[in-house]
Amino acid sequence: MPPAAGAIIVSASNSSFPAIRFSNVSRHFGEVKAVDNVSLDILDGEFFTMLGPSGSGKTTCLRLIAGFDQPTAGGIQLHGQEVIGLPPYERDVNTVFQDYALFPHMTAGENVAYGLMIKKVPKAEREKRVEEILELVRLPGFAQRKPTQLSGGQRQRVALARALINHPRVLLLDEPLGALDLKLRQQMQIELKSIQQRVGITFVFVTHDQEEALTMSDRIAVFSQGRIEQVGTPAELYEHPASAFVAGFVGVSNLVHGSVAQAITSSPTMFSIRPEKIHLADPSAPVPADSYSAEGRVREVVYLGMYTRYVVELDGGGELAVMEQNLHTTSMDVLAAQGRPVRLIWQRNHVSLIPERAN
Amino acid sequence: MRSKPANPDAAPRAPLGLRLAAIGSILFLHLPFVVILLYSFTTDEQTFTFPLPGFTIAWFGEAWNRVDLWSALGLSLRVALGATIVAIVLGTLAAAAVHNSRFFGRDTVSFLVVLPIALPGIVTGIALRSALSTMDIPFTFWTIVVGHATFCIVTVYNNVIARLRRTSGSLIEASMDLGANAFQTFRYVILPSIATALLAGGMLAFALSFDEIIVTTFTAGQQATLPIWIFSQLTKPRDRPVTNVVAVLVVLIMAIPILLANRLTEESSSHSA
Amino acid sequence: MATATTSPERQSFIGKLSTLFYLHPRLTLAALLGPPLVWLGVVYLGSLFMLVAQSFFHLDSFSGKVVREFTLATYGDLLSQFENYNIVVRTAGMAAAVTLAAALLAFPIAYYMARYASPRLKALLYLAVLIPLWSNYLVRVYAWKIILAKEGILGWFLTVLHLDFALDALLKLPVIGGPSLSNSLIGMFLVFLYVWLPYMILPIQAALERVPKSLLEASGDLGAKPGETFRHVILPLIFPGVVAGSIFTFSLTLGDFIIPTAFGTSQFFIGMAVYVYQGTSGNVPLAAAFTIVPILIMAIYLSFAKRLGAFDAL
Repeated sequence: MPPAAGAIIVSASNSSFPAIRFSNVSRHFGEVKAVDNVSLDILDGEFFTMLGPSGSGKTTCLRLIAGFDQPTAGGIQLHGQEVIGLPPYERDVNTVFQDYALFPHMTAGENVAYGLMIKKVPKAEREKRVEEILELVRLPGFAQRKPTQLSGGQRQRVALARALINHPRVLLLDEPLGALDLKLRQQMQIELKSIQQRVGITFVFVTHDQEEALTMSDRIAVFSQGRIEQVGTPAELYEHPASAFVAGFVGVSNLVHGSVAQAITSSPTMFSIRPEKIHLADPSAPVPADSYSAEGRVREVVYLGMYTRYVVELDGGGELAVMEQNLHTTSMDVLAAQGRPVRLIWQRNHVSLIPERAN
Repeated sequence: MRSKPANPDAAPRAPLGLRLAAIGSILFLHLPFVVILLYSFTTDEQTFTFPLPGFTIAWFGEAWNRVDLWSALGLSLRVALGATIVAIVLGTLAAAAVHNSRFFGRDTVSFLVVLPIALPGIVTGIALRSALSTMDIPFTFWTIVVGHATFCIVTVYNNVIARLRRTSGSLIEASMDLGANAFQTFRYVILPSIATALLAGGMLAFALSFDEIIVTTFTAGQQATLPIWIFSQLTKPRDRPVTNVVAVLVVLIMAIPILLANRLTEESSSHSA
Repeated sequence: MATATTSPERQSFIGKLSTLFYLHPRLTLAALLGPPLVWLGVVYLGSLFMLVAQSFFHLDSFSGKVVREFTLATYGDLLSQFENYNIVVRTAGMAAAVTLAAALLAFPIAYYMARYASPRLKALLYLAVLIPLWSNYLVRVYAWKIILAKEGILGWFLTVLHLDFALDALLKLPVIGGPSLSNSLIGMFLVFLYVWLPYMILPIQAALERVPKSLLEASGDLGAKPGETFRHVILPLIFPGVVAGSIFTFSLTLGDFIIPTAFGTSQFFIGMAVYVYQGTSGNVPLAAAFTIVPILIMAIYLSFAKRLGAFDAL
């Protein structure tokens, strides 16, 4: 239920409004449409991810929420209150920056206490809360260190603590794990998610890493060229991509269209099918009634240890990638498949139809 | 080049001729300071005879008791202080403006800041003199300060803008994000980040002003700054021994802000590296 | 707490001002840029304008007062005096000679700093070049008054080496000679060279630092001898740096009146002429008109320098 524009809602725990509402928001830089007519609701308490390649508008959206930038058109509401024209320091939102943006002339503790100092919270209470929050991000006793004396992962935690200590109603995270190495990144993904569940704050997370998005998010918005392609849970995006872009960006997918699609489904409508859903069978194998099938010849075999990736050239033209787990097969077995004629079989309910869009 | 192939990482030793030439240049640049120090102890009052006919420290006492010297030094220090304050304010504002936004005429501002020091000193000098003459403004302490501040802005501007370029822009956003308004952000984040650059720029501005003679000649009228006092001794030497002593003292006084400024800029650049 | 519910009425004046600036970047820019622009635009550019204006006034020779009416009489005076051409040629010649000598003298130390000195030594040498540049100009000039005096160190040294006859012969030369080193163009040249040398060393050193070592190795690898590498690789690459340095040495020599006054003979230089006209003769219009000359020379010089890429090397 959309509230009247400009309504001021004082209650802090009013959950009848989304945490963030974008209504036809655009941000143009001259000719460039960084954000182009985006409408979006982010619910209170959810872990929401904005996913997309660089330049797709996701970071600009984050900056619009934080107040670092103002939209060219449209409205933004935080918990029902219109925030266009409010500077960042009057928004109940905090940000974890991509480069962490820790103040180099302050210790980690002073960095974390910054927001409280600005609010003139007494020193004793500040120190107590800094200790607590550093405990939460598992950095107890690090208050006296300077940012230069911390590792990348530790700086990241300080930046998180600095934002969380203010108990914002929304926490914005701008690719905060981008600078970390893979192992640390995976560890932080789990930790971030558990912190979010503990503090119950709405997290808006920006990333270009689809795996990261799938791991942590309650819901994901996929951005491309300043627009939202699809919003949904990780499972929805993966199993039912609404566009060719989403199918290709979230996970790996086969896109089939035109005469090839016609030959398989009797309809030229484009569809997507994930490689791991396709079963590689003998040319003579029976096709169940709830399944589609296509015949072809194995052109390429890549043995990946846990999986094997096949590229099959279809008799009716085109190619399909197939992923099979190496449950019973050895590398010798799978490599011998090269050049063999095969029948590909997959269930109809694994297919997502992608209707052509007016572009 | 006589590099030893056995150790390609070590810098090869310079050819003898080059080393001698380098040493020669450094000696050329610094011997005059030794000469000045030497002559502050000479007993010779009328000429610059070498070898020195005798050794005395009496001239230091004599210089101490000279009222005209004290008043020239006082004027120079006050002018340098005034010019430095104006330069710090204007240089910082200009640097912040040029760094923060891309506006039409941005290069013009940098150009305008550098111009007073890029043009020959007499141009700036006679220009100010013309303005004072045209508007019938009498020569005062403030006419000297205005002249000096004009060419001192560049040192502060250069130092501050170099520091701003090395400071992450997201620091300001982070501060505002955490609830600090523009003024609080300036006080708690921007000022501490540029503090050493401000200090270094200010020191150089002070040194530049304290040293200046050419523009000063056109804006001082009958007032004598320390450089003007020395210049008068250069053309009509009346107090050679005292001048020798003053020269030594001026070199020593000037060394403090210069070395400090150098130290400050070096420290911060190694910090960010 | 900076909540989204803060009502505008409860904000402090400072807070409101901050928000005003934050939401209007152009206003912020104007507030930042205003004071320095007013100062430089009004005080400095205004003065330069007055300088040009003054050059179109003239001095009434009876009353000794400046007549503020447009006239070309002052330029007429300037151009009709043959001695004035001599002054310009003498000054520009000195500036050119000093610039050339400074470039030659600066190269070895700059090359040593850029190629051979360890980082520690380099920092030390850098400071050794910087200190004279920043220390008191007059004191450094004064030191040379002592060194070049007839009875001074240099004379004594040459006598000890039995080279005093060479100095005497040098000082007997027409134009550049004089009664002693401290009153001759040779002496003046030495002092100019000394005071402006650091301005040449630093840009050349910076230009040399930017020449990648691999280029020199590549040149050597392709069969060039060190001398050929220098001529075909190093020199073209550092030339903008040399030109950048020359802007300082040339411009500073052109406008200086301290050194010509202290070491000069009776021959005038541009700076001296300007100084004397505005001072003892109180003829600000003529001084202003004469100042236009170095401005023109520098404008021509800078346009050449720009074409040679010197501004990228500054």
